[in-house]
Amino acid sequence: MATTVAAPARVFGSGIKRREDPRLLTGTARYTADITLPGQLYAAILRSPHGHARIRTIDTAAAKAAPGVIAAFTGADTEGVLQTIPCAWLVPNSDLKTAPYPPLAKSVVRYVGDAVAVVVAESAQQAADAVDLIEVDYDPMPATVDPEQAVKAGAPQLHDEAPNNIAFHWTVAGGDVDAAFKKADVIVRDRIVQQRLIPTAMETRGALAQYVPATGELTLWNTTQNPHIVRFIMSLVCGIPEDRLRVIAPEVGGGFGSKIPQIQGDFITVFCSMKLGRPVKWIESRSENYQSTTHGRDHVQDVEMAATKDGKILGLRCTVWAGMGAYLSTAAPGIPTILHGLMLSGPYQIGAVKEDVYGVYTNTTPVEAYRGAGRPEATFMLERVIDRLADEIKIDPAEVRKRNLIPPFDNGHDVVTGLKYDSGNYIGAFDKALKHVDYAGLRKEQAEARKKGRYLGIGVSMYVEICGLGPSQVAGAVGFQGGLWESAIVRFHPSGKAHVFIGSSPHGQGEETTFAQIVADELGVAVSDVRVIHGDTETTPMGWGTYGSRTTAVSGAALAVATRKIKEKAKLLTSHLLEAAVEDIDYANGKFFVRGFPDRHKTIQDIALMANVAWNMPQGMEPGLEATTFYDPPNFVYPFGAHVAVVEVDPETGHIELKRYVAVDDCGPQINPMIVEGQVHGGVVQGIGQALWEQAVYADNGQLLTGSLADYAIPRADVLPDIEVLSTVTPSPHHPLGVKGIGEAGTIASTCTVYNAVIDALEPFGVESIQMPLTPERVFGAMKRGTTKSGADLSGPRKGA
Amino acid sequence: MQLSVSITVNGRRYDREVEPRLLLVHFLRDTLALTGTKIGCDTSQCGACTVLLDGVAVKSCTCLTAQADGSAVTTIEGLAPDGQLNPIQEAFWAKHGLQCGFCTPGMIFATHALLEANSNPSPEEIRHALEGNMCRCTGYQNIVRSVQAAAAAGAR
Repeated sequence: MATTVAAPARVFGSGIKRREDPRLLTGTARYTADITLPGQLYAAILRSPHGHARIRTIDTAAAKAAPGVIAAFTGADTEGVLQTIPCAWLVPNSDLKTAPYPPLAKSVVRYVGDAVAVVVAESAQQAADAVDLIEVDYDPMPATVDPEQAVKAGAPQLHDEAPNNIAFHWTVAGGDVDAAFKKADVIVRDRIVQQRLIPTAMETRGALAQYVPATGELTLWNTTQNPHIVRFIMSLVCGIPEDRLRVIAPEVGGGFGSKIPQIQGDFITVFCSMKLGRPVKWIESRSENYQSTTHGRDHVQDVEMAATKDGKILGLRCTVWAGMGAYLSTAAPGIPTILHGLMLSGPYQIGAVKEDVYGVYTNTTPVEAYRGAGRPEATFMLERVIDRLADEIKIDPAEVRKRNLIPPFDNGHDVVTGLKYDSGNYIGAFDKALKHVDYAGLRKEQAEARKKGRYLGIGVSMYVEICGLGPSQVAGAVGFQGGLWESAIVRFHPSGKAHVFIGSSPHGQGEETTFAQIVADELGVAVSDVRVIHGDTETTPMGWGTYGSRTTAVSGAALAVATRKIKEKAKLLTSHLLEAAVEDIDYANGKFFVRGFPDRHKTIQDIALMANVAWNMPQGMEPGLEATTFYDPPNFVYPFGAHVAVVEVDPETGHIELKRYVAVDDCGPQINPMIVEGQVHGGVVQGIGQALWEQAVYADNGQLLTGSLADYAIPRADVLPDIEVLSTVTPSPHHPLGVKGIGEAGTIASTCTVYNAVIDALEPFGVESIQMPLTPERVFGAMKRGTTKSGADLSGPRKGA
Repeated sequence: MQLSVSITVNGRRYDREVEPRLLLVHFLRDTLALTGTKIGCDTSQCGACTVLLDGVAVKSCTCLTAQADGSAVTTIEGLAPDGQLNPIQEAFWAKHGLQCGFCTPGMIFATHALLEANSNPSPEEIRHALEGNMCRCTGYQNIVRSVQAAAAAGAR
């Protein structure tokens, strides 16, 4: 890689190799579990084996006497030291009932995995051995695990604060829904279970806390997506002032939402270090991760759509029971409400919507953001019921979509839920996808195949997502207990090399590369001369973290603005040094020059040197070449796309073969297409996982039956086709670089795309719905049962198109 | 009770007293501080801990340290001791075969094992060979491309 000479091709838009990879490829990257401090102790946490139980007594005597054990603590020991774990998204107008969430359970455990006690020992093995010696006398109580059942009369009650287990009831409404349903020719309905999922970042969660009693300072290495939020919340819970708290997100091995919240183990680890005055490390096992780190989805959805007989959608009405788990996790209430309900109308012109969302406490692991967070659940509902409509009115599902899409717009479109989408060309993406797969040809192939007893299915799905969270004023208005701006510092050193410091915290998404590309593109330095620093509250400026596809959309915007400030200062200094008017200074290809005299120029490296030595600065200009920006976006960004899946279902076994998957995504201009494609691959596959394989299963008594990777089926390499990745480019009108987000897009679209394809394949069998995941057993059973109203036609192709 | 073991790791011999139950992955990570080898599960599903044991790719969480007595182990730290990436590492870098990097050391050894047995695998053969190594970031597609690129470069 070149060191100082800018490449002739524009670096913005170039699929260059990632700067972060060499350390990851050589085992020299340091994740939380890899760090060991002098005098370090190891914590092991005893977790509830019951879904719901009263704790009568806890006896830690035998554990304390075990070899190597330094201490054992229970909830009683945290009294007056640790506050309860706060929920940070207090959705307004929802009668929110926040039940206190203790870091260590005191009198009642409410889910399998709820933390009950902790042992600290000289080695991890000794801690694990000793934790088994703790005697807890439990009085088991009835549990409730299904969000729809939990609100019914007679269901076991989790919290006195929340009668009928209802944590909140939130409503979104726009337009005249009753009128829409009154004048409809057709009303189609569906009941959808968005099964509970387990995020399964390959690195489990963990923490290493080092408290120094003499100074009252604490350093926390934490597997997190948002170290600055961790510092804020940790300070509130453990009482250490923010100025004495340093949070470091070292290398972080994926998150997908599960590393947003602060979980019990984090607080327990900090507590142990505070009590013992020594470094304490706690690293989850995978089974512990599955029980105690957050889950995702868990919706029961009733949805109905009103439409005309020629396929014009008039209205949408839904009721959702959203499982919250036993406690409200950090961002949980915002996910099935703000990030879900406001996106109900998707990319379509729908004049009336209404949704009631019940957030429900159940005896299960707390639910949090999981890749897509609310938007996959909204997209699925909408895209599924459009297929039901198409089936009902006998018009091709692609055609029904086309008849309802919002026409292209480049600077704002108001939708019925009150949002203003920034830009979109939905028909552009849709047509591109259909053309790429030869949709009409596929339909013919499907009809031919059916004649031969082969069952091909074609699924299409559109999506538009709200991301780039978001304007802080909106964050406050919707109850988010923080801001959603980002900051960036660009600092040029005398030799012309630069450091970039950002408050967001990437953990696999590649911003050490793409952000260097932003600076390189603006100023003509080499990508390899720009080093991006993140993940340490002591060295980086404030930021709210990496989630919601917001890092490039918000943090990247902050960086672009900071870089342009550098450019402005460089122009001023150039004009001074070249004794030319600043209005006459131009910039191109890494050079600041006098207009019309390209030889009279300074490079950014010249300027960096002159600004840092400061021998000859203009009157009033400060030395140094550094800029800081705090960037609060004026709106969210709204990426979108169209996906198509082709499947074949084996009628003998119910086995689904995913034959093709095509993704057309529009995230605006792409800084690094290779990284964009990688995000699409990963996102699509996670969504396919939900459609076909993944489900967290609880027994009625609250036992997690899918408690390990042996029982919970994440996608493997051998069960997937290559994803065909295409894109369109519709810039955001308000982002300084026009870019949107891409991290969650694939997941938002792919679950319903694959599901629609499978149901399409089973049309001859009269199958209208199957509960996800679509295992061969369920598919085969559905084929046998059918759900046909008028008798299955085993040969007839779909009409239209 | 402690057992004496003598294990050569990345070309250097280590003589240690270990607990009989100590897993090889813990020996590597905790005893020798070779933390490049990762632990992603506790049921031998994920493959993040894959290393070479006498030239064979094994999940080091399924192997007791005592079983490796007298053997030679290669970990990710042993592949590019001078900072010069080997062809498999280069291919993963070139083809964006990693995102968070946590599964990567195991993937690299699974790739090594595949290419030892089959120097020119088809995409299907690659996907089959990697079914015991889980990745949650990449959707595997660029890992398959990486393995193809490594094969094309003559890596083994």
